[in-house]
Amino acid sequence: MYRYDSYDQSIVDARVDEFRDQVQRRLTGALTEDQFKPLRLMNGLYLQLHAYMLRVAIPYGTLSGKQMRKLGEIAAKYDKGYGHFTTRQNLQYNWIKLADAPDILAELASVEMHAIQTSGNCIRNISSDQYAGVSADEVADPRPWAELLRQWSSFHPEFTYLPRKFKICVIASDDDRAAMKLHDIGLKLVSKDGVIGAEVYAGGGMGRTPMVAPQIRDFVAEEEIVSYLEACLRVYNRYGRRDNKYKARIKILVHEIGVEEYKRQVEEEFAHMRELGLNPPTEELDRIRAFFANPAYDTGLSEDIDRADPAFALWVDRQVAAHKAPGYAIVNISLKPLTGIPGDASAEQIELVASLAEQYSLDELRVTHAQNLVLPHVKKADLPAIWQQLEEAGLAEANLDLITDIIACPGLDYCALANARSIPLAQKIAQRFAAAERQAELGELKLKISGCINACGHHHAGHIGILGVDRKGVENFQLLLGGSGAEDASLGQITGPGFSEDGVVDAIEKVTDIYLAERTDGERFLDTYRRIGMKPFKEAIYG
Amino acid sequence: MKILTGNDLVTGDVIWWAGDGWSRQVGDSADVGEQGDDLVRTEEAALRVVGAYVIDATVTDEGVRPAHIKDRIRALGPTVRPDLNLKPNDADAGNWVI
Repeated sequence: MYRYDSYDQSIVDARVDEFRDQVQRRLTGALTEDQFKPLRLMNGLYLQLHAYMLRVAIPYGTLSGKQMRKLGEIAAKYDKGYGHFTTRQNLQYNWIKLADAPDILAELASVEMHAIQTSGNCIRNISSDQYAGVSADEVADPRPWAELLRQWSSFHPEFTYLPRKFKICVIASDDDRAAMKLHDIGLKLVSKDGVIGAEVYAGGGMGRTPMVAPQIRDFVAEEEIVSYLEACLRVYNRYGRRDNKYKARIKILVHEIGVEEYKRQVEEEFAHMRELGLNPPTEELDRIRAFFANPAYDTGLSEDIDRADPAFALWVDRQVAAHKAPGYAIVNISLKPLTGIPGDASAEQIELVASLAEQYSLDELRVTHAQNLVLPHVKKADLPAIWQQLEEAGLAEANLDLITDIIACPGLDYCALANARSIPLAQKIAQRFAAAERQAELGELKLKISGCINACGHHHAGHIGILGVDRKGVENFQLLLGGSGAEDASLGQITGPGFSEDGVVDAIEKVTDIYLAERTDGERFLDTYRRIGMKPFKEAIYG
Repeated sequence: MKILTGNDLVTGDVIWWAGDGWSRQVGDSADVGEQGDDLVRTEEAALRVVGAYVIDATVTDEGVRPAHIKDRIRALGPTVRPDLNLKPNDADAGNWVI
């Protein structure tokens, strides 16, 4: 894992001191709310439906045990004993007191964490593949690039006031586990003639105008990735629609001027960048890379797993993924218990996962955009002990990528922007499809719920997506089919008129019935939908 | 009726104007009539509230009821965490929101 150097630590510490002074001035009235609001947002502090909400950055979703433990301690000490893992691999606290915020940031800084640039029209937390560095199919570990971009984008003076927020994702596998093409810029590391570089995608995103990012370059050599991104951002910063916040994201610019014209302008700017010589020093990339070198894996480990306990075997089959090192495995921890809240974890659960990471996963864990957790380096021989502890803590649900592994935004239960509640609907769907056999029969089925058009719950990218809307003061839910955030990215299509909360659960059941009736061998729900189209589903839903 | 709500500047708690001060119970809300905007200015300047705004509400047998579901959820707390809402011992409290 990356560790702060003295420069990283000093700028984070300085920001804590600065914010402490700003909070003090707000509490004494020296700053009005209009003056204070942009300052608190720059430090991830929102005023939400019930209280202040603090969004903590988890760079590319990677945490040490110590950092995870600190997140749990903060939840217990300053919040109401829990935190919420988000679809951007971050963590949010829902019940923060303004006067406590500087102390919380100081505690975060003590473990090399912060909440900087988790709000505002700047480059947000860099996201990545939760299997980075441990997946056998990647061409390189994407985390050194994600870290380099974190450093490049932190306090970047030119990109602090962009037309709108900006989200970057870096992956390095053909399997896209991070919704890369639904980011403002997506990078996919590739190898070309033995040289590492990146495919670049620009102008993707969800929200009210969802778009899958088109590729704008098939290869940028690794040493020029930062300069190329600088060119992408510079063109966007110059021409992005600052007159209308709903048209201010880069996807609108790319769409309005066209991909070819955007590419032309970026290439022109890139040529200028090359003259300026803004590529990061090779030594710096090497320094960062060293933090992500393969850990010292034990050798000669057994590949055997004792599957005598059926519940354990079910969990292994569903939650454990292949690791690149012999004798090791990747463990996915579900934060989707059937009656729970997607992405929520109690302080005790956070503490447990921190301990498991320290004891069994080389002191490392990951947060996924699907609101789950990952222990990336687990010896297969340790799987029973881990499962046992997860089971006792209510964290051993075996539902990865199944219909109950639902992404859901906080919705109207917590969010001031939401129009409808996402979480109760997620719970009703999970209970309707609770039977393990039924979930297994349906297979991979990604269901995603957003409580408003801003699409934090990624409903556009759900095999089944649900969008909550406000219809004359009453919650109403639109159903979408056919979306994907994976390497086969696509946007879901609305089935038709919306439903009540119970009505949309019934509609989903009809949709899954059609899938089971129509599928051919080996077809996922998404495959069947793409083959037979919307019509049969629509007829089943609306008669 | 029109009632005034916002968040406590220091704690962030949802609060309701009760006529002579702020309450955490929506049931204590006073009808602010046409005085809402003036109260917002005065109370925000006094650092007692942040993000204050006037909403429509009705008086029912169960007390003051904000017109919009969003404000009813603000008044009660998250419907999915009954242990954290303002009526943790009332199993039916969530129904009041809908």
